[in-house]
Amino acid sequence: MKKRAGIYLIFAILTYAAPTLGAPPSGKTLAQQGNGKGAPGCVSCHGDKGQGNPAAGYPYLAGQPESYLLGQLNAFADQTRTSPVMQPFASALSVEEMQAVSAYFAGLPLPDTDSGKSAGDTADAGRRLATQGKWSVGMPACFQCHGDRGQGVAPHFPAISGQPEDYLRNQLEHWRKGARSNDPIGLMQAVVGHLEEADIAAVSRYLSTLSPTKAP
Amino acid sequence: MDIRVLFLFSVSLLIVNQVSRAEPAEPAGKAAQAVNAPIPVKAFQPPPDEAIPDDEFGNMVRLGRKIFTHTGKYAAEYVGNNQSCVNCHLDAGRLANSAPLWAAWVRYPTYRKKNQMVNTMQERIQGCFRYSMNGTPPPADGETLKALMSYAYWMAEGAPTGVTLPGQGYPKLDKPKLEPDYQRGADVFAHNCALCHGADGEGVRQDDQQVFPPLWGKHAFNWGAGMHRINTAAAFIRANMPLGKGGSLSVQQAWDVAYFVNSHDRPQDPRFEGDLEATKKKFHNHQCRYGDKVGKTVLGRSSK
Repeated sequence: MKKRAGIYLIFAILTYAAPTLGAPPSGKTLAQQGNGKGAPGCVSCHGDKGQGNPAAGYPYLAGQPESYLLGQLNAFADQTRTSPVMQPFASALSVEEMQAVSAYFAGLPLPDTDSGKSAGDTADAGRRLATQGKWSVGMPACFQCHGDRGQGVAPHFPAISGQPEDYLRNQLEHWRKGARSNDPIGLMQAVVGHLEEADIAAVSRYLSTLSPTKAP
Repeated sequence: MDIRVLFLFSVSLLIVNQVSRAEPAEPAGKAAQAVNAPIPVKAFQPPPDEAIPDDEFGNMVRLGRKIFTHTGKYAAEYVGNNQSCVNCHLDAGRLANSAPLWAAWVRYPTYRKKNQMVNTMQERIQGCFRYSMNGTPPPADGETLKALMSYAYWMAEGAPTGVTLPGQGYPKLDKPKLEPDYQRGADVFAHNCALCHGADGEGVRQDDQQVFPPLWGKHAFNWGAGMHRINTAAAFIRANMPLGKGGSLSVQQAWDVAYFVNSHDRPQDPRFEGDLEATKKKFHNHQCRYGDKVGKTVLGRSSK
C-alpha cells in the first residue's frame, strides 16, 4: 500500500508539473533556440540582439512595437504577408509562442544601425519622399506615420529607418503588387500604390542610410 | 487527503489547463479595401521647398514653414493645445482641397461673417491661434506672424490675386441622404480613424511630439474653431482622410463621422462670457453641436 501511494504521488507530481513542462519556452529562449517544432531561433537570421542583418537583407526586430510583430507573425502564417522563408516558421509557432517572442523583441532597444552607405544621387529624392511625401499622387511623408526619424509609432507603425535597403524595397514592391496586404485599413497599399519604381528605390535607399535612434 | 483523490484532481486540472490553451489562432486578416486615388483637381502649383531663396527673406520663409509644421515647438507661447497648422492644412499648407495657403493668400483681405468685419491675412491667422490652437493670437508685428506671412506669400508666387482658385478651402460636400448619425459615425470612426487618432480621439504623442492630432478633449481645437462645424469637418474628412486615402469614405460616412467627432466636448469657445445659451445664439448659428445634449452632458457647459 505504501508503495502504491508512492506511485500515486509520483503521478500527482508529474501531472502538476506537466503544464509547466509543456508550457512554451520564454520569448528569449524561443528567440535564441526556437521551439524545437519547426521554428528555429530567430536570432540566427535577425541577429543575436534582434538587430537584423543588412548584408543578407534580414530586418531588425528589436524595439519594434509588440502588436506589430505579433501581427506580422500572424500574417506570415495566414499569408496576407508573403514570405516563403517566414511562412513555415510562423506556422510552427503556437499563439502563445508568437506572443512571447513578439514581447521579447519589442522589449529590446531599437538598434543604432544604418547601411553605412551614402544615398548617392537619389538622396534628395529619397529624403523628399520620407519627409514630405509625394502629394501629387496622394502619398504622405513616411515620417508622418512612422515617426519623425522613422523610429516607429506604437502600436501600429513599425520603425523603418536603418532597415536593409533590399528589405525596404521588397516590402514596398509587395505592397504595390498586393503580395503583402496585412496593413491596417489598406494604408500602405494606398500610399504606395501610385509610386513609381524609381521612387521606391530612392526612398528605400535613403531610409536604409538612417539610424532609427538618431535624428536624420 | 486521499492520494487518489489528489491524483484525479490533478488530472482534471491538467485537462482544464490544456483545453483553455487550445484557443484558436486569430482569424485571417481580411484583405485590404480597394485603394482610392486622391480627388483630382486642376490646381495652382506652389513652388517646391527647394526654391526657397537662400537669403534673409528665405530664412523667414523657412522659419514660417517650421512654425507651420511644428507649431507647438516654434510658436509655443501662442499655442494652448496639441495642434499644429499642418493638421488642417496638409502637406505643409500646400495641398489643394486641404485649405492651401496659396489659395488663402490671394483671397485676403476679405469680409468675414464670423467676426463681421474685414479681416487681413494677419487677423485670419490670429484666428487660427485663438480657436484651432486654443491659444493666444501672436502680435501682428512679431516674428511668428511675420514668418507665417512670409511663408504664405512665398508659396503664392505667381498666383492671381483676388481669385478663388480651384482647390481653395475644402471642397463643399453634397448633403447626406440620411441625417448624420452618432452611432453610424462611431462605427466609421472605429474602423477608419481610431488607428491614428486613438479610440477616444486623443491622438498619439511620442517623445514629446504630437504624431497624430487629438480630435476632441482638452488638447484639441476649441468650440470656436472652424473644424467644430460639422459641414467643415465633413468636407475636410471626405477630401483628405484617412491620411493617404482621401476620397475613400462615402459622403454619408464623412458626414456621420464628422457629426460623431464633433459630438464630443472640447475647450470652451473663447468668446464665451458665462452664458452658454447666449454664446450659442450669438456665435453658433451654423451646423454644430455646441449646447446640444449628448447623453447626460450638454456640450460646452463644462468646457474650460
